[in-house]
Amino acid sequence: MKRRDTLKAISVASFGMAVGPVEAAVPEPPEPKPAVKLLPGRQKFEAERDAKLLASEKFFTPAELQTVTVLSDIIIPADAKSGSASQAGVPAFIDFMMRDQPRSQTPMRGGLRWLDRKCVSRYGNPFAKCTKEQQIDMVEQIAYPGKQVPSDMTQGVAFFTMMRNFVLGGFYTSKMGIDDLGYVGNTPNKWDGVPEDVLKQYGLSYDEPKK
Amino acid sequence: MDLFQIKKAPTVYDAIVVGSGAGGGMAAYMLTKAGAKVLLLEAGGYFDPADPKYMTQLKWPYESPRRGASTTRAGGDFDAAWGGWEIEGEPYSSKPGGDFFWFRSRMLGGRTNHWGRISMRFGPDDFRRKTLSGIGDDWPITYDDMKPFYDRVDKLIGVFGSVENIHNEPDGHFLPPPKPRLHELMLKKAATGIGIPVIPSRLSILTQPINKERGQCFYCRQCNRGCSAYADFSSSSVLCIPAVKTGNLTLQNNAMVREVLTDAKTGLATGVSYVDTISMQEMSVYAKTVILGASTCESARLLLNSKSARFPNGLANSSGVVGKYLNDSTGASRSGFVPALMDRKRYNEDGVGGMHVFTPWWLDNSKLDFPRGYHIEYGGGMGMPGYGFGGGIEALNGKIPGRDGKMKPAGGYGAGLKDDMRRFYGAYVSMSGRGEPIPLESNYCEIDPNTVDKYGIPTLRFHYKWSDNEIKQAKHMQDTFEQIIEAMGGMPTGNKPGKEQNYGLAAPGRIIHEVGTVRMGNDPGKSALNKFQQAHDVKNLFVVDAAPFVTQGDKNVTWTILAASMRTSEYLIDQVKKKNI
Repeated sequence: MKRRDTLKAISVASFGMAVGPVEAAVPEPPEPKPAVKLLPGRQKFEAERDAKLLASEKFFTPAELQTVTVLSDIIIPADAKSGSASQAGVPAFIDFMMRDQPRSQTPMRGGLRWLDRKCVSRYGNPFAKCTKEQQIDMVEQIAYPGKQVPSDMTQGVAFFTMMRNFVLGGFYTSKMGIDDLGYVGNTPNKWDGVPEDVLKQYGLSYDEPKK
Repeated sequence: MDLFQIKKAPTVYDAIVVGSGAGGGMAAYMLTKAGAKVLLLEAGGYFDPADPKYMTQLKWPYESPRRGASTTRAGGDFDAAWGGWEIEGEPYSSKPGGDFFWFRSRMLGGRTNHWGRISMRFGPDDFRRKTLSGIGDDWPITYDDMKPFYDRVDKLIGVFGSVENIHNEPDGHFLPPPKPRLHELMLKKAATGIGIPVIPSRLSILTQPINKERGQCFYCRQCNRGCSAYADFSSSSVLCIPAVKTGNLTLQNNAMVREVLTDAKTGLATGVSYVDTISMQEMSVYAKTVILGASTCESARLLLNSKSARFPNGLANSSGVVGKYLNDSTGASRSGFVPALMDRKRYNEDGVGGMHVFTPWWLDNSKLDFPRGYHIEYGGGMGMPGYGFGGGIEALNGKIPGRDGKMKPAGGYGAGLKDDMRRFYGAYVSMSGRGEPIPLESNYCEIDPNTVDKYGIPTLRFHYKWSDNEIKQAKHMQDTFEQIIEAMGGMPTGNKPGKEQNYGLAAPGRIIHEVGTVRMGNDPGKSALNKFQQAHDVKNLFVVDAAPFVTQGDKNVTWTILAASMRTSEYLIDQVKKKNI
């Protein structure tokens, strides 16, 4: 049995339940995209490392990936302007980062576990199997680092802050996120200063004040 | 093949240059242009920023699987520097409490491939600080000695800037500077209003073409990735590759130099020995002159490792000064959020690779509690998102009223968070102080008695501690940053670093401006090199990186490395003509 299958078996068994009907409410995460072409200019050890990492087994178990996907889309949902985090490939990016920077693995895996345990005790189901309302109720407990929270929630706050940072970083470095922000550079051009209407809006000018 | 059988090259070159960065590149360029046969040894691989196989310029963050994170290189996946503060198989150490962080680039052009292109001349005062303040040491040369070479470097390589007539910020031969970006106009207005000058920056980026070999800047803000148009200064594109084209340069990449070879009888340098980092073959190569441009610490290491019966303390080290007076720029930073910039109109404001304006040192130290100055570099604007974008939003979005004017709790998720990201984009500014430290004999690198690298070469051990002078300077930087941010109606972000954090003073080596380990001077008892950067003890040995520099001003030293290397190269040509070498 592979390690991830063992983990899956443990997680299902320890929550004392089979896969229930709520699962249907959670969309299947998209298939990870094929390996990205290596960046030019890689040193030999980087090229070897990247090729190996991109081909390596995923970090998240299917159950973990499902939870990460739901959390990602709670943090960055689709709206009129752009899609959701999972539509931008954020869960796959986070999975890669776990393999690329293993120091994040324990806080991530442990945090997901914390979340599931907390949800089982509050709602009787792990996070991904909870109803949408229960998921939001849980997230509300851990989404505001400035607020006083009960002492059994502080680790959850830290976990959610980490997850928020990963999701924002992943979304806004995707094509979808860059377009959402409206970044229009990274292309050859001729810089000739701030547009006139913008200068006017801020009451600024390129003319030197008279001395 | 017997790796331990040292291969001896039959050719005797006119000169061997070790290292292909600003100093080594300039020496190779000058000497080959003058017709000398030169062997250039570079520890890293070949790099040409115009070759698509090396190009990260104009790539998007999602073209890196880690979105540009710095997992394997300190400046991130797109940065042109191969290497960093840690290189596998090439360790260094520090004495307890004396940490120094040593950044190395192993590639053609060295660290000039990713540097900030900040190209300031030293001013007249920067060469004579001891005379002016009683602290530190003077250089054995003055601004007048260097001025003709700064002028020629300006014209050969290109630098933009503005004529300002500031005594200690000498003007050069400038290309037109780019107009300030929006946040830079705001910074300028705010800082000027509280008596802090803001002037166009001085960067070696071609805002106009200067010759047929190099193109013009196309404003992508990515100089640190290397420029495919050769529109900025890298030693690889501007010096080394043109030197190869003379037909007089033999470029040997992957050559990690072990030691300088000397003749036991004459005491002159005869060549160097190196290890080929790919085949691990040991090589000896010979020349009439040896020129070190391996970097401040690497050149010191090479000299200290070049021990012989005649030179038991290492080469050019009868004074015992080699390795001492190591000094890096001071550095401290702060960022701010500018509410007036929320919900900005979007347009391309990439501009050049770096700030369009900066603040030169503007105060009189006799009225301050620290002895040397600093300049301020500015950042901000609607840049391309990179790894970590949006991180730490929870430290800010609880402090800014929403569109409805109401405060909301920090952090959060969902539509409101997405809206915050759009509103806040491009509304940040950052500032970094870069200042002049007092070089101290007690800050040094030496050969670690216990450690070798993977080539079997003894490694460096550092000892570096900031003095109160630098700590007080950092405190002044922090106070100034806060004043500027507040003057522009902004909110400083994060906590202001206090005394316990040395006011945010970066650890030695982190600013990557280290100089001083093979200092020049008129007294052979107190310096390793004469005023032409020629070893007092070995007349056919020169050092052309920043190791010879007595001080570093608050000016990033690359332009001075280039000018000084040009000066040394011409001196060498002249000495050879006069048959003195």
